[in-house]
Amino acid sequence: MKKILDQIRGNKWLQLGLLVGYIALTSLSLILAQRSVAAFLLLLLSFLLLYYTKLPNWSKWAIGLAIMFFILPFSAMQGPAYQEYMDVATLVGIYVSMALGLNIVVGMAGLLDLGFVAFFAVGAYTYGIFATAQANNFMPFGTYPLSGNSFWIFIILGCFVAALFGVLLGIPVLRVKGDYLAIVTLGFGEIIRIVFNNMDQPVNITNGALGLSSIAPPKIFGIELLYSNQIYFVVLFILLFIIFAVRSLEHSKLGRSWKAVRENEIAAQAMGIPLVKTKLMAFAIGASFSGMMGVVFAAKQAFIDPTSFTLLQSINILVMVLLGGMGSVPGVILGAAVVTILNAQVLNELTMWFNSLSTAGIITLPDAMSPVKMQRFFFGALLILFALYRSKGLIPAKNVVYDKRKFLSEKGTKKRLQSVAAPKEDEHDHTGS
Amino acid sequence: MTILEVEKLTKTFGGLTANKEISLQAEANKITAVIGPNGAGKTTFFNMITGVYKPTSGSIKLRGESIGGLKPHAVAKKGISRTFQNIRLFGPITVLENVLVGMHTHLKAGIFGTIFHLPGVDKEERIAEREAYRLLEYVGLEEHYNDEAASLSYGSQRRLEIARALATKPSVLLLDEPAAGMNPKETADLTGLIEKIKQEMDMTIILIEHDMKLVMEISDYIYVLDHGELIAEGLPAQVRHDKKVIEAYLGKGAAEEQEAEG
Ligand SMILES: Nc1ncnc2c1ncn2[C@@H]1O[C@H](COP(=O)(O)OP(=O)(O)O)[C@@H](O)[C@H]1O
Ligand SMILES: [Mg+2]
Repeated sequence: MKKILDQIRGNKWLQLGLLVGYIALTSLSLILAQRSVAAFLLLLLSFLLLYYTKLPNWSKWAIGLAIMFFILPFSAMQGPAYQEYMDVATLVGIYVSMALGLNIVVGMAGLLDLGFVAFFAVGAYTYGIFATAQANNFMPFGTYPLSGNSFWIFIILGCFVAALFGVLLGIPVLRVKGDYLAIVTLGFGEIIRIVFNNMDQPVNITNGALGLSSIAPPKIFGIELLYSNQIYFVVLFILLFIIFAVRSLEHSKLGRSWKAVRENEIAAQAMGIPLVKTKLMAFAIGASFSGMMGVVFAAKQAFIDPTSFTLLQSINILVMVLLGGMGSVPGVILGAAVVTILNAQVLNELTMWFNSLSTAGIITLPDAMSPVKMQRFFFGALLILFALYRSKGLIPAKNVVYDKRKFLSEKGTKKRLQSVAAPKEDEHDHTGS
Repeated sequence: MTILEVEKLTKTFGGLTANKEISLQAEANKITAVIGPNGAGKTTFFNMITGVYKPTSGSIKLRGESIGGLKPHAVAKKGISRTFQNIRLFGPITVLENVLVGMHTHLKAGIFGTIFHLPGVDKEERIAEREAYRLLEYVGLEEHYNDEAASLSYGSQRRLEIARALATKPSVLLLDEPAAGMNPKETADLTGLIEKIKQEMDMTIILIEHDMKLVMEISDYIYVLDHGELIAEGLPAQVRHDKKVIEAYLGKGAAEEQEAEG
């Protein structure tokens, strides 16, 4: 057995073959057994296997994209549970994006934020208010609702509005550190929710606790995107952009300054890193991811109200980051996927299974242990297990490995970086002075 | 020529006067040492120059320009860099990345350029990586460039702090007890390195150090602090025989004894 495993570990062609076989098998079983959540999950698991293969990066991406764009939608398409599966996949995409945003704030810059869902809410309301008749109440010009064609612009708007709120939150909040920061951000998250809950008077901007309904669905080339299988692709494109952005930032000047600030503020400043600006950038960029997905969420649900943006949601996103591995991009993606799927599918399935067992009279459960109540219990127990046995996360953060041949040999690098520091003394030969 | 000129710098913490009217002049391309017993106020002095502490009173001038009260990152940008007595590396990231952080102010990459890999950004990174690697070669740590900074030995960590400080391309380099915790061989190597930096990089260096052999060997001029006050200054040969200095280090009795002998 060990021999076989060693062989698999060493041979990437064998890995490729096994992976393709696995994907074929799981997608086929999903096609044949449409109601089987297990088949769906096993197909999703292929992403994780793909991550651990030794294939070159470009081919990992090629296979991954093929699964996301073709294999997954196609295999799920064949039966009645299609929209359900696509809904879960869409949710996963939304939460992964948010978790990647929070990971910049908490994981990379080391700023504990317990009110992160506020930015998601800001994005959702930005679109919700203007894509319903709501905006007529206070806008002096224009007629509302805006059509679904505006959705695409609102993704970018949501991004910037949320970033702006990130900075607004940051300016007062960054005066405090550590535990206090967590408490202040928690307060901010609640304030945003309560403000949305109460901005129905004197001027009705958010429609208060009643929420906004009939939000215009996204529209492209005259087609309204009403179903999860359509929204899925919108989310997929944004998510891919976010992953690309995060990957670029991670090992850049900015990413390094986040880590420097996280590890030692005094040393970071001594290296010329402005503390406040660097932290604000983390807040703004993290928030912007959430803002974009907030817009998508509002369009997808067609209804939003303040109860979608509670403290529990913020904690949920934080759990994704912690479970996946703080500061680790693949880890956070996995963490967000696991938590979302657990909540949206596995625990529900488990509940239904227990329910059917008890109605069939096979087991009898006292009322206090009814399956619905057990759901949260299982989730909590799982978290405790992970915290105990994988405290650095499912995929702990790794450092980038540089290849010195690359930067030592590259053409055109003969040039030196310009010195912006004070000019060299030309009188240093003078003896004494 | 004087590059850094400090005049009557004072810092009080509540009732404690950590620095009392300290004046110092650092000459270009020279090594100026600041010595004194523990708690004399040497690190506090560095912290005021680098903007970590705001001076209670007094002035700090770099090439005639006042830099007192500037934020630490602004001081770094002006061309003053430092190492720390209690090592402050970015532990979990790599040795090379630590030096790259030091290049911060010399990199132009903006947020959009970074995200969209605009031309120039990647190239700038390559150049920075190469320069960072060269600095590691300079301090003798190139073999460890992909290691976690925290995994280095104590002596190597101190050298990495020097490489990181050099990455900011300073005109004045402040070293706070760079030899602390080093064995005699490491200290000798370090002495050579500091000399080399002074000569090859035309560096103005201010050095806090307890190792008297090192100080006497490489310093051009020495300031002596005790209880927050400047008690002596002069060339190494002068300071070595200063009565007040011997007193501060060895106590009054010892000073008298030495006088009787000499
Ligand atoms: N942030 C601070 N708050 C209060 N006291 C301080 C602070 N920093 C230094 N001190 C005090 O100032 C005095 C000088 O300390 P320091 O400059 O670290 O001495 P040295 O580096 O010469 O050993 C000490 O008594 C120390 O306790
Ligand atoms: Mg000290």
